[in-house]
This record gives sequence, C-alpha cells and structure tokens, in this order.
Amino acid sequence: VLERLRQPWSDRRAELVLGAAACSVAGVITLMIVFVGLRAWPTFAHNGLSWLGSGGNPETQIGNMLHTGPHPPAAAYHLRAWPLIYGTLLTAGLALAFGLVFALLAAVFLVEFAPPAVRRVLTPVVRLLAGVPSVVYGLIGVLVLAPFVGNHVISPAEKRSVEYVVQLDGTGLAVAVVVLTVMITPIMVALIADALSEVPSAWREGAVALGVNPLRATMAVSLRAIRPAIVAAGAFACARAVGEAVMLAMVSGSDAFSPKPWDGAPFLFEPLLTLAASIFRNAEGLGAPAVRSSVDAFALLLLFSAFVLSLASYLVKLPLRRHHAGLR
Amino acid sequence: MSAFQQALPAKRPRPRRSSLRSWRWSDRIIYVLAWLSGLSLCLIAGALVLYMLVRGLQYVSPSLIFSRPRAEVNQAQIGGFLDPLLGTLMLVVIGVVLATPVGVASAVWIVEYGRPRWLARVVESSVEIVAGTPDIVIAIFALTLFQLGAFSFLSFTASGGGVYGRSFLTAGAAISLLAVPPVFLATRDGLEALPGHQREGAFALGKTRVATIRRVLLPGIRPNIATGVTLGMGRIIGDTAIVFLLLGVGASERIEPQGGVPGLGVLRGTGSTLTSYIYSNSPAGEGNAPQKAYAAAFVLLAMVLALNAAASFISGRGRSGKMSFGDGVRYGAWT
Repeated sequence: VLERLRQPWSDRRAELVLGAAACSVAGVITLMIVFVGLRAWPTFAHNGLSWLGSGGNPETQIGNMLHTGPHPPAAAYHLRAWPLIYGTLLTAGLALAFGLVFALLAAVFLVEFAPPAVRRVLTPVVRLLAGVPSVVYGLIGVLVLAPFVGNHVISPAEKRSVEYVVQLDGTGLAVAVVVLTVMITPIMVALIADALSEVPSAWREGAVALGVNPLRATMAVSLRAIRPAIVAAGAFACARAVGEAVMLAMVSGSDAFSPKPWDGAPFLFEPLLTLAASIFRNAEGLGAPAVRSSVDAFALLLLFSAFVLSLASYLVKLPLRRHHAGLR
Repeated sequence: MSAFQQALPAKRPRPRRSSLRSWRWSDRIIYVLAWLSGLSLCLIAGALVLYMLVRGLQYVSPSLIFSRPRAEVNQAQIGGFLDPLLGTLMLVVIGVVLATPVGVASAVWIVEYGRPRWLARVVESSVEIVAGTPDIVIAIFALTLFQLGAFSFLSFTASGGGVYGRSFLTAGAAISLLAVPPVFLATRDGLEALPGHQREGAFALGKTRVATIRRVLLPGIRPNIATGVTLGMGRIIGDTAIVFLLLGVGASERIEPQGGVPGLGVLRGTGSTLTSYIYSNSPAGEGNAPQKAYAAAFVLLAMVLALNAAASFISGRGRSGKMSFGDGVRYGAWT
C-alpha cells in the first residue's frame, strides 16, 4: 500500500486524465453543434424551407424582431436569409477565384523560381500577411481603400444610376473582395508551397531531362501531383473567407442588399452583407429571442459549411496520403 | 583530384533550353506573372507595415497608452487605451492558461497512448474542426453556454434573473479554443519527431510511462510547445468577434469590475481589448475616432509582429520536428 502511495501518479490514472482532456475537445464540438442547433430551431420551424429564399431585406427583418418580447409569436420569426447567403457566396467565391490564381503563381515562384535572397524575404512576408488581425485589415479597408474607391473610382454617373435604391460610398463588393483576397492568399500560398516542396525533385528533374523547360515541368508534374493539396488549400481558405466577420462588417457596406450583376459597373460597388458579418452586427440585439434564433441559424449554417469544407479537404487528400506519405 | 578539377571549366555553360529566350511566349508570360505575384505580396506587406508605421508614429503618444478611455462627446477628452491594452493582456493570459494544458495533454494522449484508435481519430478530427470553425460561431456558442444558470458565477446576474454571460472569464474561456489547435499540433509534431530510443532508454532505466512523459519527452519538446503557444497567443490577440460578443457589446471601453472581491471582480466584469477598441473607434463602430483606431492598430500590429518573430525564432531553435511553413501559417493565421 505504501509503495503505491509513493508513486505520485499511476500510469493508468494518467492515461485517463490525458484522455479526458483530449475528449473534452471533441465534447466541445458536440456541445457546439447541439446548442447552436437547438437555438436555431425556432426560426427554421417557423419559416420552413423558405428561410433560405429571398424576399425583403434580412437586416430590416431582424430589426423588426428586436421588440417582440420574451415570447415572440410565430409571425415575429419572419426571415428570408437569401441576400446574406448570396453575399457570403459572392465574396468568398470571388476572393477564392482571384486568390487561388494569385496563390498558385506565388507558390510556384516561392518554391521554384525565387532566388534565395527573395525567398528569405518572401517567407516571412507570407507569414506576416497571414498573421495580421482581421480588424487591422478592416481598418485599412474602411479608412483607406473605401474612401479612395468612393472618391476616385466610382463616377458620379454611376452613383446616380442606382441612387434611388442604394448609396454608393465606396464600401461594397469590390473593396470587400480585394481585402478578402489579400487575407486568404497567404494561407493558400503557404499550404501550396508546403506541398510543392514535398514533391520528390526527381519527378521534376525527369521532366526537365526530357527537354521541357522548368516552368512546364513544374506545371505538368509538380502541380499535377499536388492537385489534391491545392483543392484542400482552397477549401481551407474558403472556410476562412466564409467565416470572416469583422473585416466584412467594416468594409462591405453593411447593407443586406444583393449586388445585381445586371446593374453594370455599379455592381462592383454595391453594398452587401454576409452571414458572419450579420451575426457580428446584430450582437447587440441578442437579448430578443427571435433575433437570437435567427443569428444562431446563421451560425449553424456557417458551422455546417466549415464542417463540409474541412471534410472535403480531408477526403480530397486521402489518395495523396495513400500513394505518397510525404505529400500530405 | 587536380585532374578532376581541371576537367571542369571554371564556369559551366548553361544548357540552351534553360534560357528564358528559348521558352514559348505563353510560358514566358506565366513566368513573369509568377514573379509579379511574388513581388506584389512583398509590396502589399511592405505598404501595409509602412502605412501603419507612419500612422502609428503620427498618433501614438505615451498619454494615449497610459490613460483610461472616457465616455465623452469631445474627441479631445475620450482618453486613451490603457484599459483595452490591459484587457488584451488579461485575455491572453487566461486563454493560454486554459489552452496549453488541454492542447498538450490531448497531443500527449494521442501520440503516447491513442487507444482506442477510433477515439484518437475522433479527437484529431475535432481539433481540425475547431481550427476551421469561424470565431464568430465559437462566440455565439460560448454566449449561449455561459448564459446558462450553471455558469452564473463566471459573470454577473442581471436584476431579472438572466445571466449576462459576458466577462473576462467567459471571453477567456471561449478564446482559449482558438489557441488549442496550434498548441496541439506543435506538441504532436514534436512528439512524433522525437527519436524512439529516448523513450526506450527511459523505459530501460525503469521509468514508468508517466515519468517518461514528464521527465524525458516534455522537456525534449519544450521549443515545440513554446512555438504552439506563441502562435496561439497571436490568434488570441488578433481576435475581435469573440471579444465583441463576450466582453460586453457596446459597453464602455473601461474595465468594469463586478462584485466586491478585487481580483475576481475584474475577471467577472466586462471590458474591452485592443481589437474591439479599434472596431468601435473605426467608422464602422460608434466612436469614429480614426486617430485612436490607428494608434491602437499600430500597437496591436507591433504585438502581433513581435509574436510572429518570436514564433519563428523559437521554432528555429527547436531540435525536433519543426512546424512546417504551411501548418504554421494555417494554425497561426488571423481568425
């Protein structure tokens, strides 16, 4: 008995304690899905599938919920979230499209073509750009880019053409997409560069030996080999773009107006609002149950999309892991 | 030896195919575009840092840093950001204190025990999911959780009986989730990279498994853990959404203690951090005092850059399992 007491921490107990800590992380995720789902249920129950449809301005609809009391009637939950979903898809999709091309070029440059001196600069630069807090990006967007776009890029004629629906002051789609692209590109550059440098150099050298130039060899062999990693990097960056709240709340114009492509050039400058930014903006109204339920429904949607995207990047990378352990 | 050296010409002629001039036009264009995109990344970063530096030096003054914010209409009297600065430091401490044990323990369990296998896989993928969850979702979830009656001791209870759910403790608990993935990943990679003979040697000397972990393995991966913690600190410092929702929305920017106990009162009270201060002083928030926002953003950026530099310095010193470029950026990036 004494001997057992002298042992400070038995192996068995340590395993249990460590395992419990590990499981707590899984528990938090489960709790998160359950809690957010429960909270979101009323708004889905009262709106049905038309919750996802269009009709009216969700911001006004949420504003109407503010004073519906602690036990709001079913009618108080009226919400049509499509403009927010559209805004999310539009900003994330455009930023991803631009960012992916940008990141591919930059990653190829970083791994294959950059002289060592440039590489030594570029690596910390990517790390820096990825580490800048989103509120700082938002600040620069709203204090530098938006006024510039509002004063010098949008012509008065364009402002007048949509004057009766919406004010164009610079904040809007274009600035949001530009800032979002700058935010997600470094993440993709780092992930793609990582995968690119894992490609066995013999593969690429073989191609060069056959007489193609180094660029062709990179594109035909290396990029082809890491295609799953590129998709996974895109999915990860997309999840980040979809979940970005603060920066978009600052520079997107914060009006749940769906930019209309048929408006021509003003389309680029029309304000919008995304799901995450809408949660952020409505943080002050969370006391009202109807607002709370709607906002939790947005959160549930974001959680779901983050889940799907991380599952997608896992599945896409499976064959890579099977064939070549190094190319994660 | 000398004959071999003589056989090699002083400068080898470049093979003809590798000259840019022999490339197809389309290839040349892509090559130039690759250069341009690499350089433009540098340019963007340079412009960003320079701009913030200029604005920061223009507006930062000691009085701004060391005076408390006041709710005044007059711009000259609204004070500085001492409270937000302290709030940031407090959240970092709470977050790291909560996240480090969880992250390290889970990683040790995964690598050293990891049985049953399916549970280990579940834990690994949930860390991955936590890393991918938007911070605003974590914030909404944490607010719901901490407004339950059972957690009323963490914040204060309003007169109607509703739990407010917003305090430094609740915000710190929520924000610690952001730091778990980097700590976990760094620890796991470090443990996996440790050579097996270290464990075997310890076992051969009669050490138990726990003793091996505590005396041999953990000291060996200290730089890895430090890297993970530093990355996690960077994420905590840069986060806005959780702070905004869980530290008092639209409340004053001062640290407002709740209850009489001195230390605990502050922890249970509301306040602000640099990020929420920047937001509320930007045109998007209510304050609209760009100078203050710039000054605070300068301080924030300086802190983040310092942490970044510290992380790469520490991980450069580590002997085993350096965190890869991609993982470092991915788990340490903005939230």
